[in-house]
Amino acid sequence: MFRLEARTSTPAWFNLALPLLAIGATLILCSGLIALAGAGVVEAYSVMFSASLGDSYAVTETLVRATPMIFTGLAVAVAFRAKFWNIGAEGQLLAGAVASCAVGAIPMPGPLAMLLMALAGGAAGAAVALIPATLRVKFRVDDVVSSLLLNSVIFYALMALIEGPWKDSFSGYPISPPIEDSANFPVLIEGTRLHLGVVAALVAAPLIWFVVARTTLGFRIRVTGENPEAARYGGINVERVLISTALLSGALAGLAGVGEVGGVHFQVMSDISPGYGYSGIVVAMLARLNPLGVVPAAIFLAAVMTGAEAMSRATGVPAFLSEVIQGTALLAMLVALLFTAYRIRRVGAAR
Amino acid sequence: MSTPAPLIEMRGISKSFGAVKANEAVDLSVAPGEILGLLGENGAGKTTLMNVLFGAYAPDAGEILVQGRPLAINSSADALAAGIGMVHQHFHLAPRLSVLENLLIGIPGRSGRIDRAGGVARLAEIGRQHGLTLDPDLPVSALSVGEQQRLEIVKALFRGARLLILDEPTAVLAPTEIDGLFSALRSMAAQGLGIIFISHKLNEVRALTHRCVVLRHGRVAGRVDAPASTTSSEMARLMCGHEIVPPARGPSMPGAAVLTLDGISTSHHSGMALRDVSLSVRGGEILGIAGVSGNGQRALAEVISGVRAPDAGKMTIAGKAVSRFSPSTVQALGLGRIPEDRMTTGLVTNLPLADSMVLPRIGTAAFSRNGLLKPDAIRAFAEAQIKAYDIRCPGPMTRAGALSGGNLQKALLARELAFDPKVLIVSQPTRGLDIGAARFIHEKFLDMRAKGCGIIVIGEDLEELLMLSDRIAVMYEGRIVGTLDSADASVARLGLMMTGAEA
Repeated sequence: MFRLEARTSTPAWFNLALPLLAIGATLILCSGLIALAGAGVVEAYSVMFSASLGDSYAVTETLVRATPMIFTGLAVAVAFRAKFWNIGAEGQLLAGAVASCAVGAIPMPGPLAMLLMALAGGAAGAAVALIPATLRVKFRVDDVVSSLLLNSVIFYALMALIEGPWKDSFSGYPISPPIEDSANFPVLIEGTRLHLGVVAALVAAPLIWFVVARTTLGFRIRVTGENPEAARYGGINVERVLISTALLSGALAGLAGVGEVGGVHFQVMSDISPGYGYSGIVVAMLARLNPLGVVPAAIFLAAVMTGAEAMSRATGVPAFLSEVIQGTALLAMLVALLFTAYRIRRVGAAR
Repeated sequence: MSTPAPLIEMRGISKSFGAVKANEAVDLSVAPGEILGLLGENGAGKTTLMNVLFGAYAPDAGEILVQGRPLAINSSADALAAGIGMVHQHFHLAPRLSVLENLLIGIPGRSGRIDRAGGVARLAEIGRQHGLTLDPDLPVSALSVGEQQRLEIVKALFRGARLLILDEPTAVLAPTEIDGLFSALRSMAAQGLGIIFISHKLNEVRALTHRCVVLRHGRVAGRVDAPASTTSSEMARLMCGHEIVPPARGPSMPGAAVLTLDGISTSHHSGMALRDVSLSVRGGEILGIAGVSGNGQRALAEVISGVRAPDAGKMTIAGKAVSRFSPSTVQALGLGRIPEDRMTTGLVTNLPLADSMVLPRIGTAAFSRNGLLKPDAIRAFAEAQIKAYDIRCPGPMTRAGALSGGNLQKALLARELAFDPKVLIVSQPTRGLDIGAARFIHEKFLDMRAKGCGIIVIGEDLEELLMLSDRIAVMYEGRIVGTLDSADASVARLGLMMTGAEA
């Protein structure tokens, strides 16, 4: 018989070991599904690996894929630190995409366009995140529900836009007009899709880490998240901290949309995000809400996504496996987190 | 008393957490009808020992005998089946469910149905036997703390406990409730139940128990066979390993008023409101606020701390009127605060201790500039305070929640006193602390008083208030019903005023 016993302290190496443990468990659990689909487990995983991280082109593709998830992962990590339950990164991403697309379509010098796209996209994401935060602060509305449901509102607003005023009059497809060529983010390595936004994401992670760990705002976010009563008594304006957190979180998620418009799609369509906002939750949890951890966690999920497509082509296992892996990874991580507070102890059976 | 076969016997129990030996070769037994006191400082291993008995921890060595037969207790279910019931310090109740529903949790009914009528009958019977009456249909959230504790006791009896463990049961109770608890416990013992009573409060242990076991550093430091005729100082010596001398009080030299409240009233937001409260505390003076819990003390502490703005009245700190009520403004005027509830309004248990120690002053130049933290200054501050106050912990980056109550209280004291407050507001300063830690806290208050700080101590422990205070004001139903000089006050007189009688 086994039993959980409370831990008095958590060793530091757990921070690294737990996500790896969770990923390992995920791959083992999902191998059953691969076998069920009639493919060799080792073969499938090796195709997945080589297609996502096996050569330099694959690595750049994975990084491009990881970029929006770094932004949404940071958005969720910051929000969850304050216990502002922002499940709305998806909608904030879409809002950021729409706003940056609208700005990018205006003719102006390239660098200015990119700057304004980032500002507009970030502001749009922040504005969307402000809604659930305000509802919570003013009316005590549950932010999980309001931020989640808002995703649908934003999505259908986007659909109305691209089916209506933005509809491509030439082809009749529900896609927005493209942004100006000069507003396209520069490609950093010839022959790949590695764009400026990838660098922005890689810079954003340490920046957000700095904000959380080394600024008074970050201190207030952490304290508010862990104990709002102590924060309030300690002179912290808890409501203001929640609003600031929401603005920061929403802006980051909005930037995910900016990167997709400026660096990958150059326009807005209904499937501009295959759920990057929701993947951000998985990323943030795998990273244990540490902004620096968000980068490897996002790269892992991106590798799974790009790898799953190649694996599907090579072995016939449906590419949906990538979503199963994501979900399993989240569950595995939540279970792994249990070990930070408890350990397993073997006990003899009761007589 | 004679010694029939023990209900329960623990032999040679050892339990370690890493390098820490929480229990080492502890022997303990309880006979039917016996009330055993389990005494010890915080961290002496009382709670660990009881958790072993209740099945929460597996001991590293030793065995437990229930009515003479060895038994492995691996879970609380095993413990309950063996007739062991435990009333934890923090209650394990479902607040939205009724009293009856809480009683029936985990009890299989007849063919999947809850035996409501049977439950009501048992509840009434237990109530009659021991004076522990409860309304079966009230939701737990509507019960007072004392009633919730009563429900925990009834729950244990309901499940057929023959041995009842109570972990610091009086820490949460008002004096009148303590009397009720004691008479119920005596009635249970008279009917053959065994009781283990864990407490720091020596006078309670002496009044209630038949026999005591004293733990120190995880070992049995001594056994007391006749607590009633053993002096408190003798027991304190066993607990601490040395004599405890009450701190010396210097002469009273009050200066100018550092805190005044003039006609403060609040609305009925939560709990008892304040009604036209006026008081003043001078520098170098300790003002005690006595009263049965729930008579406005909380609102008073909230107003003074700046957490709640009064509807009417004026407050000054160090001669300056408080124009805006917020924790940061009153703090900037020179107010320090030691909260009643360390865990909820004082500290952030999941973050490093250093974070909690700088929390109220994070925005000041000492710990940040232009919105950027000064991590070295924060760390150095925490390290210096840990040293100065002898806070036992591995270092400033330790999770605050890993510290014992006494060390947390020292940390809170350190964070306020380091900034030389002109006024200090303190609620229940030594609740749940052991003798050594309490004495340390008292000494610090008296030091601050000698330095000219004005201190306002809100408390229910009248002996503590009498020992510390220069003057004592009594609160009743949101008003101050009278203020006495300590020299004129006594427990009896204060107790009378606390019920609303005129001074």
